[in-house]
Amino acid sequence: MKVALKLYATLSDYLPAEARQTNRLDLEVEPGTTPAMMIERYALPQKLCHLVLIDGVFVPPGMRATRTLEEGEVLAIWPPVAGG
Amino acid sequence: MAWTRKILRVDLTNGTCKSEPLNMKLAQEYLGQRGLATKYFVDEVDPKVDPLSPANKLIMATGPLTGTPASTGGRYSVITKGALTGAIACSNSGGYFGAEMKFAGWDMIIFEGKSPKPVYLSVEDDKAELRDASHLWGKTVWQTEEIIKKSHQDPQVRVCSIGRSGENGVLYACIVNDLHRAAGRSGVGTVMGSKNLKAVALRGTRGVAGMKDAKAFMKAATAAKQVLKDNAVTGQGLPAFGTQVLMNVINEMGALPTRNHRDVQFESARKISAEAMAEKRPTDGKSNLVTNAACFGCTIACGRVSKIDATHFSVVNKPEYWGATGGLEYEAAWALGAANGVGDLEALTFANMICNEDGYDPISFGATVGAAMELYDLGILTKEQIGMDAPFGSAEALCKLAEMTARGEGFGKELGLGSKRLCAKYGKPELSMSVKGQEFPAYDSRGIQGMGLTYATSNRGACHLRSYTVASEVLGIPVKTDPLVTEGKADLVKAFQDATSVFDSAGVCVFTTFAWTLADLQPQLDAACEGDWTMEKLALVGERIWNMERQFNNAAGFTAKDDDLPPRLKTEPAKTGPAKGLVSGIDKMRPEYYKVRGWDANGVPTKETLSRLGL
Ligand code: SF4
Repeated sequence: MKVALKLYATLSDYLPAEARQTNRLDLEVEPGTTPAMMIERYALPQKLCHLVLIDGVFVPPGMRATRTLEEGEVLAIWPPVAGG
Repeated sequence: MAWTRKILRVDLTNGTCKSEPLNMKLAQEYLGQRGLATKYFVDEVDPKVDPLSPANKLIMATGPLTGTPASTGGRYSVITKGALTGAIACSNSGGYFGAEMKFAGWDMIIFEGKSPKPVYLSVEDDKAELRDASHLWGKTVWQTEEIIKKSHQDPQVRVCSIGRSGENGVLYACIVNDLHRAAGRSGVGTVMGSKNLKAVALRGTRGVAGMKDAKAFMKAATAAKQVLKDNAVTGQGLPAFGTQVLMNVINEMGALPTRNHRDVQFESARKISAEAMAEKRPTDGKSNLVTNAACFGCTIACGRVSKIDATHFSVVNKPEYWGATGGLEYEAAWALGAANGVGDLEALTFANMICNEDGYDPISFGATVGAAMELYDLGILTKEQIGMDAPFGSAEALCKLAEMTARGEGFGKELGLGSKRLCAKYGKPELSMSVKGQEFPAYDSRGIQGMGLTYATSNRGACHLRSYTVASEVLGIPVKTDPLVTEGKADLVKAFQDATSVFDSAGVCVFTTFAWTLADLQPQLDAACEGDWTMEKLALVGERIWNMERQFNNAAGFTAKDDDLPPRLKTEPAKTGPAKGLVSGIDKMRPEYYKVRGWDANGVPTKETLSRLGL
């Protein structure tokens, strides 16, 4: 099934070069794939995976290994950031 | 002494400068900066005063930690009755000006009356005098600072000034210090201009001496700096990406107000984000972002320094704009970009430079352009009236309108009045995205419900910095709350408002609160300031300040009706993203908030509340 992975700020470096311009990678994944599996697949350092959103909705740390991605969903991840 | 215990009172009408002792009893009750200066202000000024009349006063105030080695201890605030809002105004700025005021030996400067001709205030330690500023009138902020530094033959003199917009009556003019730092909101620069006061030039040679317990203070300040360093947000996130990193976060969450709040997600958000600022441009192979920068004594350094693409249409043949300058912060990038549907990073960089150069608030300006573009889209404003085509997304219109507003030319004069007056004039008052006449910042109240309550109840009109619940609702600081629900937001907003009042009165930057709580600030204040500064006392001071500001606004004529959001946010649901189908729950949250505050149903503090707070 098709999903998208978006990585921002310092995490952009973990995207293939061609995806860095958009911060977005469109992917085929197995049904049942979770954010935790994606984090592992792309070797993202745990402490940099601070803000995890699926279709803009916050996924609490405790649900990263259980919330499965559905067809067409967008998983977006940020390191610790803030603004004003 | 964390306080210098001295106030400079400047009578602009009679051209005199007098020193007077700081009221130390009030300092114990209101701390400094925002709290203490507002107390002086409300005691001396009639709430019904016309903001642009000589009877309004303007106070520049430091906090007890300003100029000390506390991290971010360089802040000052400008307190007055806002030109844009008619409400109490308190605009906070960083840079180096605040610390210099302290080094010159002053806690605050109170300006009253109106000078018969343009003047600027020159302060060198104890020596303060008003000087002729006829040669500065009509000059930009950047020119003014350069001329003053040259004429004083002192590159270290610290200057704050208004640009041409503050002279021309742009109602959201700022006071800009150190070229790119501004007391930005509510039109404090307009009030300064109305007094014929062009600038303040400060030179102080004293440092801050006489801490209550210098050793304990250094220990507390060092420990608090370590907290900032160890925290991933203040130690790494903010210095590396600045506030602009939020552009993609807030867009992804469906809370990025777009095209005058018609939409909540912007298709070009990425193009104007921190990530885009750091990328090499195809035209010149360089990135927009040059480096980060810090205000006085700051160990976070969130500031952005940028260089515009010299081939961009906005700066062709204008080499004066090709150098490095204070770059885009999130709020400016949003207001100049998403709010108008403009996805051209270099155009935003240019418009932002004009805002700095001529001293006006990019949030109110950008949001007012957004309102004008909607009026154009609806056929209410025409090409002839505006002087150009101005559809949503037009980078050309944005850049031209920025210059016209700075100079007070053509339609720029109308934009300078802000969206409330503009939309009312053209028969569509509901299209002004503002509260108490001040335009919203960069968070949509349908996607982040707490921010709706924050805006509606902010004492200075719509503002994110009075209670930045985004920290909790989006970033999970100090705890994560659900941005889509109204439950619990009344308590959350009150807690943020009261704590922020203390930070704004201490002399430190509110961005420390991504890592610090009051418990990190308290030992620093307690060691620096005479008296007993417990957590309980600070909490009470914060609440007291908030209620004092509220009382001023109530006496100025504001009522519960003014604690409201424009109809669009209450009746037009978000079209996309997680908040799809949602409107703001402000009508549910407002009465809950009044209750939590100890106010009656009309938003008036009850007798019990006032007596509990010693008001
Ligand atoms: S955190 Fe940013 S705005 Fe605050 S004092 Fe430091 S550099 Fe200035």
